[in-house]
Amino acid sequence: MSTSNKQVLLDPLFDNNPIALQVLGICSALAVTTKMETAVVMSIAVVAVMALSNLSVSILRNFIPPSIRIIVQLTIIASLVIVTDQILKAFLFETSKQLSVFVGLIITNCIVMGRAEAFAMQNGPVASLIDGVGNGLGYGLVLLFVGFFRELFGSGTLFGVTVMPLASEGGWYLPNGLMVLSPAAFFLIAIFIWFVRVWKPEQVTED
Amino acid sequence: MEELISLAVKAIFVENMALAFFLGMCSFLAVSKKVETAIGLGAAVVFVVGLCTPLSNLVYTYILKEGALVWLSEDYATVDLSFLNFLSFIGLIAATVQVVEMAIDKFAPALYSALGVFLPLIAVNCAILGSALFMVERDYTLVESTVFGLGSGLGFMLAIIALAAIREKMRYSDVPEGLRGLGITFIVTGLMAIGFMSFAGIQL
Repeated sequence: MSTSNKQVLLDPLFDNNPIALQVLGICSALAVTTKMETAVVMSIAVVAVMALSNLSVSILRNFIPPSIRIIVQLTIIASLVIVTDQILKAFLFETSKQLSVFVGLIITNCIVMGRAEAFAMQNGPVASLIDGVGNGLGYGLVLLFVGFFRELFGSGTLFGVTVMPLASEGGWYLPNGLMVLSPAAFFLIAIFIWFVRVWKPEQVTED
Repeated sequence: MEELISLAVKAIFVENMALAFFLGMCSFLAVSKKVETAIGLGAAVVFVVGLCTPLSNLVYTYILKEGALVWLSEDYATVDLSFLNFLSFIGLIAATVQVVEMAIDKFAPALYSALGVFLPLIAVNCAILGSALFMVERDYTLVESTVFGLGSGLGFMLAIIALAAIREKMRYSDVPEGLRGLGITFIVTGLMAIGFMSFAGIQL
């Protein structure tokens, strides 16, 4: 892999993370992170949709008239999300029930749209595919970080396997109820942003 | 009637789109630096979501739902197009936003220049697609989905104006360097979500 491609792949992980720096795609990110399992499935779905949508937009970029590009991109993304949703329903029915409307909301996930618009419209198919995977992974990274702490401290398990036995079941750990509720996700993301910015001070914004 | 009021209160406070379901977060965080712009975006969202949710309901009931095409011919009783949900809702929302934009431009130029930038942004606001999808999942009727749409729009508006007001005040606070900007905004949103959770126990 050439240096530029490697950079395209790795940049979104910490240097230009879609959630922590670009403020994109937070919408559907947080509600699915109470458990590791849903967070993993969601990340995979987003990586797949982003990679394929970037690839198809990039292949078609010279044929898309600029005035209707938004609707073309939305149609491509929506079709890919429909496919993803059907696959999830077929093979992972229980998880897809838990994800409920949030799979559909990948369509309006600003990262997918944002990368199609900002990167795939200007670059070749291979670079766009890699960019899609990279940004998907950057998104997944935050999801897994949040999911890990929420499941571990909220219910003492990881991937449904007991790590810290709960006091109610004869163990020693008293679960932190806040972790399961929505505000915890905001605090964890804020902490993630704080870590990344202490590590890379050039990302600090004024205001 | 009581049911509808209870549904509206639930949509505005208890199941607030932004603070309980994290929908519309991107614009929620990006456009909440000033109260004035927050009011503009909030009003645009209320308008579009109030219009799109009942429209999606019509599309779903008369075209997409299993057996919905019976009004065309008895032969279509088993046709189930509900897998086209996402595609048709997003198309409907994008089209509505476009039409609304043109109509406002023509008939209320003052309002247009106030909302201007925000209208196109709304097409990709998850709160709008989200309320259309929740409407399907919860099987609302046409009236219920109108109330639900308006309620969730108002809830979003309330939350974004409150956040913008807090952020305006926060400019005078001494925030740790790494948390400035986005980080502290997330924490404030989290605290607001805790506040809104106190509505959860309300029985109507």
